[in-house]
Amino acid sequence: MNEQSIKKKIVVKDTTKVFGKNMKRAVQLLKEGKSKGDILKATGATVGVKNVTFDVYDGEIFVIMGLSGSGKSTLVRMLNRLIDPTVGQILLDGEDIVQMNKEQLREVRRKKIGMVFQNFALFPHKTIVENTEYGLEIQGVPKDQRRKKAVESLKLVGLAGYEDQYPNQLSGGMQQRVGLARALANDPDILLMDEAFSALDPLIRKDMQNELLQLHSDMGKTFIFITHDLDEALRIGDRIALMKDGEIVQIGTPEEILMSPSNEYVERFVEDVDLAKVLTAGHIMKQADTVQVDRGPRVALRLMKQLGISSIYVVDKSNRLMGAVTAQDAVAASETDKSLEEVLISNLPMISPDTVLTELFDVVSTASIPVAVISEDRKLLGIIIRGALIGALSGDNQFINNDGIIEPADQMNTEVV
Amino acid sequence: MNELLPRLPFADWIDNGVDWLVSTFGSVLDGIANVLGGVVEGAVTVLDMVPSILLAIIFALIAYFISTRKIALFTLIGLLFIDYLGYWYPMLQMLALVLTSVFLAVVIGIPIGIWGSQKESVRKVVNPLLDLMQTMPAFVYLIPAIFFFNIGVVPGVVASVIFAMPPTIRLTMLGIEQVPKDLIEATEAFGSTAGQRLMKIQIPLAKPTIMAGVNQSIMLALSMVVIASMVGAPGLGEEVYRSVTQLKTGVGVETGVSIVIVAIILDRITQQAGVRKKKIGGKLS
Repeated sequence: MNEQSIKKKIVVKDTTKVFGKNMKRAVQLLKEGKSKGDILKATGATVGVKNVTFDVYDGEIFVIMGLSGSGKSTLVRMLNRLIDPTVGQILLDGEDIVQMNKEQLREVRRKKIGMVFQNFALFPHKTIVENTEYGLEIQGVPKDQRRKKAVESLKLVGLAGYEDQYPNQLSGGMQQRVGLARALANDPDILLMDEAFSALDPLIRKDMQNELLQLHSDMGKTFIFITHDLDEALRIGDRIALMKDGEIVQIGTPEEILMSPSNEYVERFVEDVDLAKVLTAGHIMKQADTVQVDRGPRVALRLMKQLGISSIYVVDKSNRLMGAVTAQDAVAASETDKSLEEVLISNLPMISPDTVLTELFDVVSTASIPVAVISEDRKLLGIIIRGALIGALSGDNQFINNDGIIEPADQMNTEVV
Repeated sequence: MNELLPRLPFADWIDNGVDWLVSTFGSVLDGIANVLGGVVEGAVTVLDMVPSILLAIIFALIAYFISTRKIALFTLIGLLFIDYLGYWYPMLQMLALVLTSVFLAVVIGIPIGIWGSQKESVRKVVNPLLDLMQTMPAFVYLIPAIFFFNIGVVPGVVASVIFAMPPTIRLTMLGIEQVPKDLIEATEAFGSTAGQRLMKIQIPLAKPTIMAGVNQSIMLALSMVVIASMVGAPGLGEEVYRSVTQLKTGVGVETGVSIVIVAIILDRITQQAGVRKKKIGGKLS
């Protein structure tokens, strides 16, 4: 990702939050490099967030992940100053919200930052539509106008028709949709989601994650998502910040976090991840041996002999996969002077590089020749060998490509041809 | 102890203080007394203009709309029974005293409660004062009240207001404080002003609790009527007090039962009002 070309939506610089008395002394001790436990002993103050620095890019889903007590909820609340940072700078579109007065801050909360809460935080005495229009109501938007927006927003999250119900008449999943609709009704640039799906059943949670991704790609807003669930973080995050004891331990894409943990903590954290659900075909595919179709069966046969393999993939000039040919067929073709095209096996198992490993097992186990990985325009990217699949599942890095970063298709082509 | 330390004349100081207040603010106090007395007597006069049967039916209808049919029926029969016993007019006097006291207690108490819920410093001052108001024997309020407002219904009202106000204040504070923290966070996150947070979220959600406080204030005001009668407040309380001094058990029981009937009516009606608010707010819960 080219950091220069992407607009920074939020910039957090050296931000610290200390709870309790003796804040100045605690900050001083922090500067001296004392640990959270030492500071608690010395001053009685709790360090919630410790000297955190990161950027959030415009339009990305930025996940802040950590176990309970890691300071992630405190951190997200500092972004709209529900909690005031003790020291530090938080720039939102270049403006420091820490320096804002009450009125400016209110304006930012009303127009720029929406928030969705873990336990939904719907107002029990208001109907669904009244809940949804709350943000607009307090801005003094006329009733029919805000009602219209609220209804639209509810439609967006799939809750049309529930306008006049009360929150406790809805299931948890639906209540959180209302929470989402309420935040979206204000049309903010940034959406803070504090453990938004943590209170939901696993199945509903997955649905919500999918819908969130859909909404995100439709609306292009910046989402900051807090979770304690690594699977969730890996699923929805464009980038993930991993927190521990108030500090950010590592920031990176899901692949970076999984494949090159920056320290032992992250490593331990990710070791239980079901790799089969995270790794994709792109991660484990190997270079394919190919022959261009117009070279004829004899060339194909020679290549197979050289490489010691019993079948080879056949591609056209632009590396589009046409099929495969076995040594047996190639011999037969060369004897009868047939072209390669005539003896091709064309109904090969083919998959896209985004296919996760769990979906691969079936195809790989039944295929007689290695499964081909192709791009959308049928270009051959690589092949899946059974050994590599098993090796990758055991977490062996030598079977995983380039720390998990998929190489661009055209680069791969030049290597193959 | 008395030999070691000179006895400080607290009682004299307090007496002097009260004297000073009476002489300095005499005209203001007289004004308050006139207004309060006028309100209570006016209420009695208006209520008495309506025939007793009609008034009983009106109360029953109010009970029916706010509460249940059963309580409406009880209201009708109970009030007619009081009329039958011949305590209608004293009952009206007591009702005017109680309702005026409760009205004042609520009008003063709810804003104090709201204020206290918003400011820690206010709460720190108000809470011990409330403790004092509730534990001080109610009779004690009567003595300065007589000095300030003479004998009659007004010191009764004032003593009742002081005695009845604490639950309204306390439960208003409690109700507002009990609004879940995440809801407060949500209103903040959407950029509410403090006033919007209070009016749109905190007070509506605290309503059932506040109503419970008002209900308690009514009950306390009712319990003050006999005490208030000792400084000359008229009404059923006065009848009870007289029966005690004359050792008339029968009259005592009759008037006592009448007070209980009024108490039950007021209690049930206000309790239901709170519950109904809850139903509207919370639907199925």
